[in-house]
Amino acid sequence: MSLIHEIDFGTPRSKSEKMVTLTIDGQSISVPEGTSIMRAAMEMGTQIPKLCATDMVDAFGSCRLCLVEIEGRAGTPASCTTPAMEGLVVHTQNERLKKLRKGVMELYISDHPLDCLTCAANGDCELQDMAGAVGLRDVRYGYDGENHVFAKTHNHSHDHSPHDCENDHWMAKDDSNPYFTYDPSKCIVCSRCVRACEEVQGTFALTISGRGFESRVSPGMNESFLGSECVSCGACVQACPTATLTEKAVIEIGQPEHSVVTTCAYCGVGCTFKAEMRGEEVVRMVPYKDGKANRGHSCVKGRFAWGYTNHKERILNPMVREKITDPWQEVSWDEAFNFAAKKFKGIQAKYGRDSIGGITSSRCTNEEVFVVQKLIRAGFGNNNVDTCARVCHSPTGYGLSSTFGTSAGTQDFDSVEDTDVVMIIGANPTDGHPVFASRLKKRLRAGAKLIVVDPRRTDIVRSAHIEAQHHLPLMPGTNVAVLTAIAHVIVTEGLADETFIRERCDWSEFEDWAAFVAQPNHSPEATAIMTGVDPKELREAARLFATGGNGAIYYGLGVTEHSQGSTTVIAIANLAMVTGNIGRPGVGVNPLRGQNNVQGACDMGSFPHELPGYRHISGDAVREQFEAMWNVKLNDEPGLRIPNMFDAAMDGTFMGLYVQGEDILQSDPNTKHVVAALSAMECVIVHDLFLNETANYAHVFFPGSTFLEKNGTFTNAERRIQRVRKVMSPKNGLEDWEVTLGFAKALGYEMKYNHPSEIMDEIAALTPTFAGVSYAKLEEMGSVQWPCNEKQPLGTPVMHIDGFVRGKGKFMLTEYVATDERTGPRFPLLLTTGRILSQYNVGAQTRRTENVVWHQEDRLEMHPHDAEMRGVRDGDWCRLQSRAGETTLRALITERVAPGVVYTTFHHPTTQANVITTEFSDWATNCPEYKVTAVQISPSNGPSEWQKEYDEQARQSRRIAMPVVEAAE
Amino acid sequence: MHTSTSPDRLIYMANQIGTFFNSQGVAKAVPGITEHIRKFWDPRMRKQIMAHLDAGGEGLDPNVKDALAALKN
Repeated sequence: MSLIHEIDFGTPRSKSEKMVTLTIDGQSISVPEGTSIMRAAMEMGTQIPKLCATDMVDAFGSCRLCLVEIEGRAGTPASCTTPAMEGLVVHTQNERLKKLRKGVMELYISDHPLDCLTCAANGDCELQDMAGAVGLRDVRYGYDGENHVFAKTHNHSHDHSPHDCENDHWMAKDDSNPYFTYDPSKCIVCSRCVRACEEVQGTFALTISGRGFESRVSPGMNESFLGSECVSCGACVQACPTATLTEKAVIEIGQPEHSVVTTCAYCGVGCTFKAEMRGEEVVRMVPYKDGKANRGHSCVKGRFAWGYTNHKERILNPMVREKITDPWQEVSWDEAFNFAAKKFKGIQAKYGRDSIGGITSSRCTNEEVFVVQKLIRAGFGNNNVDTCARVCHSPTGYGLSSTFGTSAGTQDFDSVEDTDVVMIIGANPTDGHPVFASRLKKRLRAGAKLIVVDPRRTDIVRSAHIEAQHHLPLMPGTNVAVLTAIAHVIVTEGLADETFIRERCDWSEFEDWAAFVAQPNHSPEATAIMTGVDPKELREAARLFATGGNGAIYYGLGVTEHSQGSTTVIAIANLAMVTGNIGRPGVGVNPLRGQNNVQGACDMGSFPHELPGYRHISGDAVREQFEAMWNVKLNDEPGLRIPNMFDAAMDGTFMGLYVQGEDILQSDPNTKHVVAALSAMECVIVHDLFLNETANYAHVFFPGSTFLEKNGTFTNAERRIQRVRKVMSPKNGLEDWEVTLGFAKALGYEMKYNHPSEIMDEIAALTPTFAGVSYAKLEEMGSVQWPCNEKQPLGTPVMHIDGFVRGKGKFMLTEYVATDERTGPRFPLLLTTGRILSQYNVGAQTRRTENVVWHQEDRLEMHPHDAEMRGVRDGDWCRLQSRAGETTLRALITERVAPGVVYTTFHHPTTQANVITTEFSDWATNCPEYKVTAVQISPSNGPSEWQKEYDEQARQSRRIAMPVVEAAE
Repeated sequence: MHTSTSPDRLIYMANQIGTFFNSQGVAKAVPGITEHIRKFWDPRMRKQIMAHLDAGGEGLDPNVKDALAALKN
């Protein structure tokens, strides 16, 4: 193993298909038109010296180091800004160029500290490399003159004085950001960081302030990094050629010696990283340029927030207890497996075969999920398996499979580069899917149009150099009415793409649907009273989407987590079909998946009614294949879904639960009901990294392994299967798939695999859409998007190209039905929930990193008008009450939310946001209605009784018994 | 229905399914509900709602009752 060095071509790749041929240093080379001379040279292996150029940003031409000579042209142009042209004859090295470059380098070094031996960038410094490349041997200018290097300068005007004076050019190091430092004394003002912030991340937090010798990198208006708009994505750190911006971990540990390519374990974007290591210690995670989801970019979570993997609260030994009021007892793995197996067998003997079940994790690998569902179906002998997609994207599965025939998004992320009109519905990509958001913002800055359908004015609605053409701030819960109204405008104004519909969809179903949406009661004017959306704005948005070129819909949990979640997904599919926006790059229906492997968990047969590959358990032919391979008879009836499991526990028919990597107590709605259900069960097994909230009600704890400690694959939101590679031994002793195998063996259902690749081989053998997937193929291709089989051996970036998977696209009617969760005099406000950039889901990982500096607590966003009426000021504690329960949290007064709507995140367990949410759920899938809860708010003095009781219970429940020390004889 | 358990919850869920399929047109309503419950409900849930149907089916919408009756056969 060694450190992976990615080639820096200096300037971005040209997309042109026209080739030009030129001669560089006597060699002929053909490159796409628009390629820089610098890049052309690098492609033939010649590295022209450079400092301000890097291929993640456009050429800038400021460092004057990459000069070349071109025959027939005057002067020495910069090779980064000069495009290759047909017939050019270029020289990259001669006496004149050598002299010029050496002179430039000498000036750079004359204002740069010479502490190279003790510098954190030692071994990874482009300035040092270039000094070597140009043969700099001497710096004739001393440091006596003006410089940025020393804090004090010798005062020449008072030679007799022993005192030095302050050097006004010098600036102290800024270490306000928890993950990297900014040392202005080492800055060469190449502006790579500024351009990375603009072009790659799209935040525009950095600038060059001042002119000439006063020029320096400035976060915001000469603020600290932490105090500025900086979102800590790390693009600037990656771009920096010197030690000016350096990871604190590199400063502390030193340069890495080897690296391994792996996949981030946070959101569904699925960024590829190089884990840069020293031995088994991670030095840093660096986004990988060949990563097809992220293309070399990252966010604060994936790039920096991996410290939880060795957090002191991580549990490393298996633990058991008879009662949840007992302290935990640490035991060996075998004792834990046998204890759990005995309990589960006992429950089945007493309450029947169907009285136990399990939940697979969207954070674990495909292979780990597959073995858990296999254990449940084949080992437990029932289909009581579900996954946390139940509470996020299960309506996506239902809606898209009903209309298109597959339970997944239709595009790859690259598709956004060909999009002309983007419609975002109920998603907040800059916080939830930041790396995709950066790619989207880049496209928007290049001219694509944007429509945002969201109750909140999210950052994407208006931010630096981005402004939505239309923001439709609807009342929470009225998605179906708004989307049907958009369809109404498209149909009644004759904007439907009839050619597409006749060719690809069922025409008679379309006619029924068109007649339905055309009814006057579906017009924007008629529905405005319910939705709160300005009809004129809605009409214009509909026209833009239908006529603006390639239209792509991106959506999130603001669509699915409603009583009509599945209906909304169907309405989105209808909209894509009626405008012909399916089956080519730049268009499509794109669910933004919350968790790293939620797509994979669904693909792997985590739902109680279907086997891997979305095939219903009642299908004899499919089930028999599994039975033959697994050598066991399978139950042909659907099992319980998560909310049904809770209900059945209350009824006394469901008494044992194995939870793999999910915190159902914190993340599922109506906490009190979940508490009651978990308390009713006789054995709860939690398999996790930490004693999460669910573990407070558990009898067995299997410690889990992190994504750094195991091999496997994750499947991201674009159906892309990517390798997760082990970079260190599991601190808990076993990889998660091995834990499940150990438990299965104790139960008497032994599964034999030596490596996760063997599990993937079984998945491929049983699942037609995965038939062509193997670790060998992933090694060769880097990643592959399913379906990957004989028909599509290289995978499928865009689906439904020549026709829908189900045959004809199916239009379905979408009648708006108001949720039964209604506002009234007692609960006049609507609460909706969401996420924030620096935290992830229930926060189990991110709360155990320095990311807490950005978000220490969940806050309740409310409009100034609503706050004033209730006497709540910014920062005040307030009581948030719904029909289900109450909690307290501090207010954040903002106009982001409309009057009548309040908003909070759910990253912190003490907030207890889900004490408030209700049990209303999607009609088709039981996905909870997190996004709409009627609430009242009043000023409060501090935490509620429930919060205090809960805290106390959690504290008691997390006790671990001290090992008994045998008395000395 | 915030902390209610079956059968109230099952009745509510069945009627929610009924509402969607009722909006799909008369011909599709009853078969749609039947198929949905058959495909997605665990046997104990179906048993409970059937028992409720047999006891008069109070609170169930007419199409849902018909759909459950069809499911039984």
